Amino acid sequence: MLDVAVQKRRGGFLLDAAFALPEAGVVALFGPSGCGKTTLVDIIAGLVDPDAGHVRLGGQALVDTAGGVGIPAERRGIGYVFQDSRLFPHRDVEGNLRYGMTRAKGGGAAAEFDEVVALLGLGPLLGRRPGGLSGGERQRVAIGRALLARPRLMLFDEPLASLDAARRDEVLPFLDRLRERFSVPIVYVTHRFDEVLRLATHLALMDRGRVVASGDLATISRSAVLRELAGPDAVGAVLDGEIVAREEEAGLARLRVGTATLRVLSDEPVGSRMRVQLLAKDLILALEEPRGLSVRNAIAATVVSVAADDAHSDLVELDIGGPRIVARVTRAATRSLGLRPALPLHVLVKSVSVRPMGPGNMAGAGRSRGVDT
Amino acid sequence: MDAPGEVLRQALLLSLSVAGRSVLFSLPFAVLVAWLLARRRFVGRTVFDAFVHLPLVLPPVVVGYLLLLLFGVRGPVGGWLDRQFGVQLVFTTAGAALATAVMSFPLMVRTIRLSLESVDRRLEDAARTLGAGPFDRFFSVTLPLMLPGVLAGAVTAFAAGLGQFGAVITFVSNIPGETRTLPLALYTAIQTPGGEGLAARIAIVSFVLGLAGLLVAEWLARRMRRTLGP
Repeated sequence: MLDVAVQKRRGGFLLDAAFALPEAGVVALFGPSGCGKTTLVDIIAGLVDPDAGHVRLGGQALVDTAGGVGIPAERRGIGYVFQDSRLFPHRDVEGNLRYGMTRAKGGGAAAEFDEVVALLGLGPLLGRRPGGLSGGERQRVAIGRALLARPRLMLFDEPLASLDAARRDEVLPFLDRLRERFSVPIVYVTHRFDEVLRLATHLALMDRGRVVASGDLATISRSAVLRELAGPDAVGAVLDGEIVAREEEAGLARLRVGTATLRVLSDEPVGSRMRVQLLAKDLILALEEPRGLSVRNAIAATVVSVAADDAHSDLVELDIGGPRIVARVTRAATRSLGLRPALPLHVLVKSVSVRPMGPGNMAGAGRSRGVDT
Repeated sequence: MDAPGEVLRQALLLSLSVAGRSVLFSLPFAVLVAWLLARRRFVGRTVFDAFVHLPLVLPPVVVGYLLLLLFGVRGPVGGWLDRQFGVQLVFTTAGAALATAVMSFPLMVRTIRLSLESVDRRLEDAARTLGAGPFDRFFSVTLPLMLPGVLAGAVTAFAAGLGQFGAVITFVSNIPGETRTLPLALYTAIQTPGGEGLAARIAIVSFVLGLAGLLVAEWLARRMRRTLGP
């Protein structure tokens, strides 16, 4: 468990943040610029001391102002990938990669070095100086350097923020691979919700120095709190599933999510894992199974709850046989359909509006590492 | 009197030796003091800073006189060195090196401090997260990054040390082969009837050495900007 409850005053800004999330998978810290995300990860890393509070990792206090505990950053075993890379300019890429490796407990193994170099595609860069690398290359080296120090937790502070779209797309697949291959828990700071959707298993929403909501991605992604930070159109269930069949001539894949099956536009082969988002605004509710529509998906569902979204619309939470999704409908529709908890109905989803978010993270979601007490 | 060529050769070698020893001796202290001034906040820091810079503004003769008081055979430090180790500084080459080191110390500290302040401390933070403790960080990140500045400071101090006059002649006098460095030899030559030719040759040698030192320092500074650039 990563248990954080800290306060830090900086000028007129007060960081007063608390969350406790499993020490597994990818915890995303999401919020607008200037909401205190970087200060919070600096405190977790030990680069900034909190005025008051504690950070506990796997039951061990890294800092606890009440208990007088303050483990220095260099002995926390927490890797940090900075927004600006911070590669050592006087060392070549290999020298940077080996810096933390030689200082790690027990030292790094040669096999591990080779594996990380291969995973991040760093082979051709080893002899080069950081000054001559592109932004995407630098971030890959920075990730490898942090990883080779054998951290028990890795912090990523907007690692893609300084990169243009092409460079982001260059680095993102490496993050996917990293997450799949190494079971290091990750805290990932970002102000872009698409990165959260692609990478996260858990999510802490931050706003003006406070954590306003935290939990697993599936829960937070359909919560109304998200609406304030990411806009009303960002609200929508995130589902992890597996492709169980293909309709080759149509270019569609059947994605099993819980007991439901979604038809999705995808070229991925059978057996692939896939994460998709169903935006609340894209869903249509029907009391009877419809016929003669272009919509490819009509999923049987049960209403769990109906909550007001704004003055004229409601958010309807639905159970589709395990996973839950959320749909936005007008207040008028709520009335005329008589939407209420336990009502069975059908959810219509256009295959083109199912947004693929990469391979997802089913494996990491339920897994727990370390000694939780 | 010896042949002019021999006088020049002896003074040149002595100057190089005195300047070299002064730099070797003072370099570690200069790095330490630069680090204290750039990185530490402590009571009396401003006074300490001023004290370090005193040799820049004091008349060199005063520095030599103070050294004489402190390091003379009857002085507190000099007496102790004499009793404990049999080391005497007055009238010796080692004394000349000490006087030279004190005089060029502020110059060295200033150059090193500038290079230290230009080191990106965020890189030291990165080293922390990779498991490097304070000393480790200093020697594996900070020092290598400021090394060109340290070298430039050493070269500048060396070049300036070749020409120290007032403090040296006051502290260790003007003894041929022992403390008569280039400027002292030049001074002696001017005082000697018929020494103008020798004086001119010494002046030219001093000029060339000084210029070479400055050029090397500048070259090091450029190299620093090139290798550590973005």
